[in-house]
Amino acid sequence: MLYISTKYQIIRKDFPFYLGKTAHGGLWVQIKNLPGHLPKESPSHVFLQEIMKWNGWGYSDSRFLFNKKGQAEFTGKRYIIIGMIIPGLKDWFECTFGASLQHKTPATPLLNSSAVQPPTLNEAFVEELKSTGIPFSQDAEDRVFRAHGHCLHEIFALREGKFGRVPDMVVWPNCHNDVVKIVELASKHNVCLIPYGGGTSVSSALECPPEETRSIVSLDTSQMNRILWVDEKNLTAHVEAGIVGQDLERLLNESGYCTGHEPDSMEFSSLGGWVATRASGMKKNIYGNIEDLVVHIKMVTPQGVIEKSCQGPRMSTGPDIHHFIMGSEGTLGVVTEVTMKIRPMPEYQKYGSVVFPNFEQGVACLREVARQRCAPASIRLMDNEQFKFGHALKPQVSSIFTSFLDGLKKFYITKFKGFDPNRLCVATLLFEGDREKVLQHEKQVYDIAAKFGGLAAGEDNGQRGYMLTFVIAYLRDLGMDYYVIGESFETSVPWDRVLDICRNVKARIVRECKERGVQFPPLSTCRVTQTYDAGACVYFYFAFNYRGLSDPVHVYEQVEHAAREEILANGGSLSHHHGVGKLRKEWMRETVSNVGMGMLKSVKDYVDPNNIFGNRNLL
Amino acid sequence: MASKAVYSQRDPMLKKRDDFEDILEERRNSSDLRYALRCYAPVVYKGLCPSKAGTLKSMVLQSDQLHYVIHQVCRETGRAVDDVQEEVSSILEEMAHRLQLSTVRFFAFTLSKVFKTLFRSICVNEEGIQRLQQAIQEHPVVLLPSHRSYMDFLLMSYLLYTYDLALPVIAAGMDFMGMKFVGEMLRMSGAFFIRRSFGGDKLYWAVFSEYVKTMLKNGFAPVEFFLEGTRSRTSKSLTPKLGLLNIVMDPFFKGEVFDVSLVPVSISYERILEESLYARELLGVPKPKESTSGLIKARKVLSEDYGSIHVYFGQPVSVRSLAEGRVNRCQFNLIPRHIPKKPSEDIHSFVNDSAYRLVRAQEENMVLKPWVLLASLLLQNQVSGQKRGIALDELTEQAVWLRDLSRQYGAFLHWPEHTPPSEVVSSSLSLHRGLVRISEGRVQLALGQSYAVTPEEELLSQAVIILSCASYRNQALHVFLRPALLASAIHTASSNKKRRTDTVFNSFSFLRNMFSNEFILCPGATVQDFEEACYLLVKTGALQVTQQDVLVTERGHRTLVFLTSMLDPFLQGYQVVCRFLCEEATEALTEKQFIPAVRKFIIKHLLAGRLRYTEVLSSDLQKNSLAALLRLGAVRKIKGYCLGSFQNISTLSVFFCLGGKLPTQKAVIARL
Repeated sequence: MLYISTKYQIIRKDFPFYLGKTAHGGLWVQIKNLPGHLPKESPSHVFLQEIMKWNGWGYSDSRFLFNKKGQAEFTGKRYIIIGMIIPGLKDWFECTFGASLQHKTPATPLLNSSAVQPPTLNEAFVEELKSTGIPFSQDAEDRVFRAHGHCLHEIFALREGKFGRVPDMVVWPNCHNDVVKIVELASKHNVCLIPYGGGTSVSSALECPPEETRSIVSLDTSQMNRILWVDEKNLTAHVEAGIVGQDLERLLNESGYCTGHEPDSMEFSSLGGWVATRASGMKKNIYGNIEDLVVHIKMVTPQGVIEKSCQGPRMSTGPDIHHFIMGSEGTLGVVTEVTMKIRPMPEYQKYGSVVFPNFEQGVACLREVARQRCAPASIRLMDNEQFKFGHALKPQVSSIFTSFLDGLKKFYITKFKGFDPNRLCVATLLFEGDREKVLQHEKQVYDIAAKFGGLAAGEDNGQRGYMLTFVIAYLRDLGMDYYVIGESFETSVPWDRVLDICRNVKARIVRECKERGVQFPPLSTCRVTQTYDAGACVYFYFAFNYRGLSDPVHVYEQVEHAAREEILANGGSLSHHHGVGKLRKEWMRETVSNVGMGMLKSVKDYVDPNNIFGNRNLL
Repeated sequence: MASKAVYSQRDPMLKKRDDFEDILEERRNSSDLRYALRCYAPVVYKGLCPSKAGTLKSMVLQSDQLHYVIHQVCRETGRAVDDVQEEVSSILEEMAHRLQLSTVRFFAFTLSKVFKTLFRSICVNEEGIQRLQQAIQEHPVVLLPSHRSYMDFLLMSYLLYTYDLALPVIAAGMDFMGMKFVGEMLRMSGAFFIRRSFGGDKLYWAVFSEYVKTMLKNGFAPVEFFLEGTRSRTSKSLTPKLGLLNIVMDPFFKGEVFDVSLVPVSISYERILEESLYARELLGVPKPKESTSGLIKARKVLSEDYGSIHVYFGQPVSVRSLAEGRVNRCQFNLIPRHIPKKPSEDIHSFVNDSAYRLVRAQEENMVLKPWVLLASLLLQNQVSGQKRGIALDELTEQAVWLRDLSRQYGAFLHWPEHTPPSEVVSSSLSLHRGLVRISEGRVQLALGQSYAVTPEEELLSQAVIILSCASYRNQALHVFLRPALLASAIHTASSNKKRRTDTVFNSFSFLRNMFSNEFILCPGATVQDFEEACYLLVKTGALQVTQQDVLVTERGHRTLVFLTSMLDPFLQGYQVVCRFLCEEATEALTEKQFIPAVRKFIIKHLLAGRLRYTEVLSSDLQKNSLAALLRLGAVRKIKGYCLGSFQNISTLSVFFCLGGKLPTQKAVIARL
């Protein structure tokens, strides 16, 4: 195995999970001390790979499990909920899915290297690459690790120890110039390059096209993870594109800044990946989405390097070339360096939550908040099923007093206020800014909520709502241990369609499952996660118990396909931020029209006529 | 799932139908009062937002759709917003139902009494009721009953009350509202009133469609309306009207509901209350205006025996399944949904096809009584000129033969299993004794008992009997229609025993096209219909069909003669109308003038003995043939309401074609 890195590590990848950057505690995660035994100069790619699961989400030591008493707990040292008992999860899990702890479907524990296809190498390319000194590897484990994202079918196959086409080698450029060399070599020897950032794709974007006959090289950007400079006068930072979200924030925080870009995958996803997929962050209401955040992008293509001549904040110079890059999904080149806006860290942060008697009222409230353009940093509305799910994840309370208090709250809401526990839903809020403004803002939002029957339901509920986002991927792994598979997908939709699309897509999922022989009613739930002037982003979660099905993944894919058709028929977009990849490619033409398709194709044809960036996403 | 249920199965013999239960039986054995006052707690739609009739109105008034149209009208006419809004409120006031349980209970009580006097039994398929109950919980439901009698909608509500199902709101014609008190009673039992014609009135249309949609979307109550638009006076299903169907499907197209369940309901009467009323109406005695006093005069009907009613609740049809692959719902993505838009081509044709399929579904589940077969036989016998009628035992023999034939064609025939055929025949005849006469063991239609002075009056009084009888025969038409079209096509194609299949297909296709205003023939289904007809005739051994030839077998002769005779009155009728247009209507004719003129022409020919079929006097047939000729371009509308009969060449070609002399069009090869 080749992992010689001469680079000086300024970023420690062993840094434990980080979230929440306020003085008073932040989220449910906490910052831990560095584990001292790890060598500082350890090349990060190897390290990350070693502390992460090869066939599931996140860190190897972090997982949910049901202990001997049948109670759920979370292992590992990275997240704040470790060691806590989650008493409600088992019942919820069994009731919702009809699953049983007796029926297990464990994953293949070890990666069997011999099951991986031997690499198809382009000897000339390998020879020349060697002479550049850029590290690379043909190790089976390294290749498998970069052959997938986190789509259900990808993880399912890995758990069963099945591997399809995987990259033939992995290369780790250290800087922009390394990438230039690699792309030149790849063009010269007709090698297929697939850029790899954090590997959190959920659009089959990282899957190697099975029909690709050339040697496939995975270009892992993880070594390009430095902040090259920070410009405090213009509030910008120039960053290498391989940096992972949590590292970027932590490093900027050290000097009192942040980007404020926090996609749910920020623990693992990379800046280059955000640019390539048009990512969106939880706090976009304050900081904007990736397209609002970038000031300058440098990308290496087979035709050479594309970049702008200056960093003017806005330009009228024809169509913005950044928009050819953002959302190109690795089909045109590798993003190497990005200049991003930064902001001073917020002084104060506060969570909140509001309970609504029903989802309709909740949506009406979000719409009003958007109309008045007073959305907090984040505002999300969960439907009733998800509210119950969140409830099931409540850790065991420590004192009788708290449990008494909980009971009282429940009584007040359901009995005194007459909320139907099977209809009520909850919005979670996150406010950010200086203290006074936050409090003022909070009042404004709660006042609007009150008009729609909303009751303030405390900071804890809000915080737990955001927790759900980060643990849901781990929970999927738990489900997969017990015959339950699932996934989430998203869309964006005009305001007047929000309720309709939520209802119809959820109902479509239930109906499709039934028609395809799923034995138990599926979990079909949604939430509104972002608000815009003209619409909202909606997330659907869908999971079911697949006992009795011969090909559960196929059933899953059929249902997801039907759900996407339903989304499109209800005026929803093909994707709000996950991207198209190969999973949703079939709908691209109807999404952007024939001419639109032609435009994109002609860009591809000019920039990469030999399809060096041959992941075949998007088009 | 449910979409398949709309199609008829390949072999109609295999069609599964539910059993019936008589609901009057219980009514005869227990208190009507207690029944009317019993606890009524129907299951409701799971997505129901509970609201009162008042909130319903304000929901309609506040809808974006209505706002948009109101402002549009203001812009166009310069009227003040308040003024238009007031008009909207009054339209809504005039339209809206005021469903009240107490009124329903009142009806439950009185109708129990009435039904028990009038009918021997009211039979309902309870499995259909269970399916409906399921459907009501899951999606908004639209009830689509067939329409043969005023009774229909009271009967529907009565049944739903009986089975503890949600009471429907019913689209009723404005003419009912003319009936003082009764109109209000109907309103309180769930009827809402719509004007008969409001074609150009944008505002009215907006209020109306929004009102219906609001009720539907919120699951307030099942919406009920008659696809046929009006009562069929002939007992043939009428070609469907699309307006309301369009409205109830719209929320699905626009994603406002996940699905809508359409439930075709077939109501068949053994004897129709309005029997002779309809016949008179078809003959040109105008329909009496609905009035309460008229209703009271109609009391005498109470003393007669009207046999039984069969109500069959069909398989709920999911609009979503129907629309799958047919309607691209994305077409509504780029314009706000509240802006009214004319339905696109694909939606229009989808709604049209669905409407036909639904009417077909109604037809298929219509229960046929033995009398229907007898009426067909007696009519054919009458025309064949047998002055003395037909011997009773011969009629029985023919009826048994026809019973077997119709069953093979998939008819939903209720022929008592364990009764000797002769008894079945005689009891049927006795129920309809007003229409038949039995003397010396021979049966014939009860013609010629009138005290008419002029031959014309006598003809008309005979026509009343014949048209009444024809209305019973018509109940069975849908069973025989496709084979009959084929039989006629064979008949017209040539007189040889062997006919070329493609020639026969062309004739079939021509006839089918010609009669598509007359009968329920799904648009674009010529080939399927042809195949179905061939299949049935081959299966019953009447025909041998190969790629090249169609051969009538020895034993098939009787079937073919019967089938051709079934269609013959219509053929003759269309020919007469053609002849009228060629010979008499040399000058432009208004639509109003058309019926009296053609009627006069027909009477003349009947009296002169140049025409055999008295039933050609039916204005329904005359209107349909005119519509067909218009559609085929043989006749053209000019200057709005005027009709010009010109293009005599093409009119003639239609005429001769019906006469069997010109059966060629572009050859389409049938896929057999």
